[in-house]
Amino acid sequence: MPVNFLPTNVDYARFLPELILTLAGTLIMFLEALRPEGKKSHAGLFAIVALVMALPAALLATPGPAFQGMLVIDGMATFFRTLVIVVGLLVVFSSTDYLRREKQDTGEYYALVLFSIVGQCVMVTANELVMIFIGLEISSIASYILAGYLRDDARNNEAALKYFLLGSFATAFLLYGVAWMYGATGSTNLTEIRRSLISGAAPPEALIGVAAALIFVGLAFKISAAPFQGWAPDVYQGAPAPVSAFLTVGPKAAAFAVLLRIFMGSLEPIASRWAPAIWVCALATMVVGNFAAIMQSNIKRLLAYSSIAHAGYVLVAVAANSGTGSAAAMFYLAAYAFTNIGAFAVVTYFSRKGERYVGIDDFAGLAQRQPGMAAMLTIFLLSLIGVPLTGGFFGKFYIFKAALDAKLVWLTVIGLLNSAVAAYYYLRILVVMYMREPGESVEKLPPAGALLQIAVYGSAAGTLLLGIFPSLVLDFANRAALR
Amino acid sequence: MTLLDIVLFLPLAGFLLLMLLPKQSSRMAALVISTAVFIVSLGLLMPYWFQYPSGHTFTTDLPWISYPPIRYHVALDGLSLWLVLLSTLLTPIAALVSWNYIDHRVKEFYAFLLLLEFGLIGVFVAMDLFLFYVFWEVSLVPMYFLIGIWGHERRIYAAVKFFLFTMAGSVLMLGAIIFLYNRTGTFDYGQIQGMIQTGSLVFDPRTELLLFLAFFAAFAIKVPLFPLHTWLPDAHVEAPTAGSLMLASVMLKMGTYGLVRFCLPLFPEAAHRCAPWIAGLAIIGIIYGALVALVQPNMKKLVAYSSVSHLGFVVLGIFSFTQQGLDGAVYQMLNHGISTGALFILVGYLYERRHSLEISAYGGVATPAPKLAIIFLITTLASIGLPTLNNFVGEYLVLQGTASANFGWAVFAALGVIFSACYMLWLYQRAFFGKASESLSHHMPDLTAREWAAITPLLILMVWMGSFAQSFLPSISVQNAAILDQTKKLRVERVAIPARQTVEVSRAR
Repeated sequence: MPVNFLPTNVDYARFLPELILTLAGTLIMFLEALRPEGKKSHAGLFAIVALVMALPAALLATPGPAFQGMLVIDGMATFFRTLVIVVGLLVVFSSTDYLRREKQDTGEYYALVLFSIVGQCVMVTANELVMIFIGLEISSIASYILAGYLRDDARNNEAALKYFLLGSFATAFLLYGVAWMYGATGSTNLTEIRRSLISGAAPPEALIGVAAALIFVGLAFKISAAPFQGWAPDVYQGAPAPVSAFLTVGPKAAAFAVLLRIFMGSLEPIASRWAPAIWVCALATMVVGNFAAIMQSNIKRLLAYSSIAHAGYVLVAVAANSGTGSAAAMFYLAAYAFTNIGAFAVVTYFSRKGERYVGIDDFAGLAQRQPGMAAMLTIFLLSLIGVPLTGGFFGKFYIFKAALDAKLVWLTVIGLLNSAVAAYYYLRILVVMYMREPGESVEKLPPAGALLQIAVYGSAAGTLLLGIFPSLVLDFANRAALR
Repeated sequence: MTLLDIVLFLPLAGFLLLMLLPKQSSRMAALVISTAVFIVSLGLLMPYWFQYPSGHTFTTDLPWISYPPIRYHVALDGLSLWLVLLSTLLTPIAALVSWNYIDHRVKEFYAFLLLLEFGLIGVFVAMDLFLFYVFWEVSLVPMYFLIGIWGHERRIYAAVKFFLFTMAGSVLMLGAIIFLYNRTGTFDYGQIQGMIQTGSLVFDPRTELLLFLAFFAAFAIKVPLFPLHTWLPDAHVEAPTAGSLMLASVMLKMGTYGLVRFCLPLFPEAAHRCAPWIAGLAIIGIIYGALVALVQPNMKKLVAYSSVSHLGFVVLGIFSFTQQGLDGAVYQMLNHGISTGALFILVGYLYERRHSLEISAYGGVATPAPKLAIIFLITTLASIGLPTLNNFVGEYLVLQGTASANFGWAVFAALGVIFSACYMLWLYQRAFFGKASESLSHHMPDLTAREWAAITPLLILMVWMGSFAQSFLPSISVQNAAILDQTKKLRVERVAIPARQTVEVSRAR
């Protein structure tokens, strides 16, 4: 018996990206401790190399279970693993300049990013509620620290504390749900749970209902879905800009992957019970996010509310509960990742030391001083609005198509009208950038560093590529979609 | 690759080229590129020269996105041909009139102008619903910037209002397009329309009505139809001359084009059901627009409200469901593009000289600038609908078609023609006659060669379209006949089938 529990080479091969990233993260920590005072850290470069190596390992991983079915490498796992690694790359690129500017260019930052990505990779490959919990914890703990990385900054501290307290509270909900689920079905394996639900002796619905509700609350917190979105604006506003970019994209994508896997996979037999709850949640999230964003004058806070609204759109796809819905959610998350990291990268560039310039009005006349950066931010904002030829448009299109397929007519109409409302607050930034005269804030704006430029232009290229040739990613998502 | 693809993508290539060229040469480059596009686009006339093919020409149908099957499908027919030519003609003119007017951020201005041309041409030739929506939105963005950056004092308010109004309408259209796709499995306009024709795609009346209204909302906002028109005066007044020109002459036609192309053939039942209501709104628009124009102290606002009035005629003609009405409506789209475009250019000329849009700032312009006055007079008369000038043909056909559909509508609509004479002539009288003040005479040089070059093509077209309508109308008529046929045949069939059944039932008894 014990022999069976020894991992084989195949298991390790399927787990290779996580292994690479963990090793690299640990190594960075070691090297950082040995680094003489005053010598420049090369941790950023190291992290980039590790991520670039992990990327093919994730893309080419052979499908199948690993570690006795604890993890499973299927299309969806590969899709999300690739996505979070690309996200990690872009975030590292956009962070270097920022850290140097804040005189915090230490290696721990990159190690934490890598650990957080490891956690997200585990989340998206886990086929086991306990593994999901472990992945979530790895990812979250690293991101709690990242949110407060500039430890002398009051706003950073506030963000980290809030994120930590509310985050652990939400994780407790998730864990409690896992316990109930185990109690009800006798297993924490997602495949087993599904089997027990469709077997003749299905556990009582009330028990499953409580378990599902608790798990949903835990995940809804992570994706900042209403009514569990309260933390998001404060955290995203307070955290360092590149970290906010990471938090709005990486952990969210992973949490959505888990949501898809649990609800569209294991709990699919009781879809008629949870779908209405998600319907309501999607509606509330879109409305709360969009209407609150209208009032904002701080661009980070505005992007935070917009990120809530976008979670609402993805929830529409989840509510559709279909193969096209899950493919649409995956495509949307990919498009949103490029768009949002790009937008935050421009904010990172523009805010300068101590994030002094984060008011929307500070962007006045940016187009006349730095036309390239302004044009890129325009592409990102148009993608967030959902204008054709950008990734955001096709994301919305596929989501609402899936929703109409599933006969969610009202949710679609309200969602579409919401995206018209959203146009208003994104346009405000465009107005300020292009139509106002340059003010004090855009004078003496240094040109962007090379790495940051890679992040910005890379994200823009991704956004446009997904907007002009969406088939590249959509075919992948369709093959990977559940059911 | 056909000539149409070249015409479509040349402006986009020009847009990219302009980004790379140095600032100083962007004016000339834009003019050269847009003129080249116009000359190339004249080649599109070849199949329509002395013959009137009813189907599509210059078709290109390539797969773009594999799933859902979205195709790059563009084609030309008698309806889109003239609108494409209108866009390609007016873009170089817009570049010319902006020559001195736009003095800051010149490169961006001309780049956006070419991008706008790309979007506009695309809207008129897209034969895939999805592609149509893409171009529809793409054309929105450059116009937003044209108004917002180079406009007058309240430009930002106007630009945002313009964007949000259009966006609100178009998201509903997107919903309807997705719904159509889910029912049919295709975005191809021809295929969907074929399904409706053969009866393999039938909506229940309520669904059809909702779909019709979703499309109609997007188009009616763009036209703009009466209660949805409030963005138009703001956008026009605040936009720079070239912006107003492109907006009035081409962009508003996107709405009316959409009505003819999509609303009628795809949802004939609902279109017939709604026709009285829409005609009512159109007539209110005609009279209301004219009355408001009458009391405007601002020249641009006056022309803007006259647009509301003129486009009411177009909508009325479309929903009269008669051959003459529809012909007149399409012809009137072109006429309005020419004559209102010319009016905006001339108002722009006045503004460049005196830096005011208030009518009261002028008076006696005819004395220092007689040539400008004559051109303005010809344009005014064209706009009023004087016989032998272009608007007369369109308005006459619309009224004739409307009268045969419902005489009462025609009576009310005809009031609009009378009012238009009042507000235009009164404007002319106040601005050009009387004694010129000293300061006005000093600041009112006559037309320059560049200004002549911009306005002359439009003057020639006013006379040509008014006196030799036969050069244009037959190819339009052929297409309109096909569209009318599509709306009528269905109606007859659907009414006929239940009638026959009842007869059989009664016999059996």
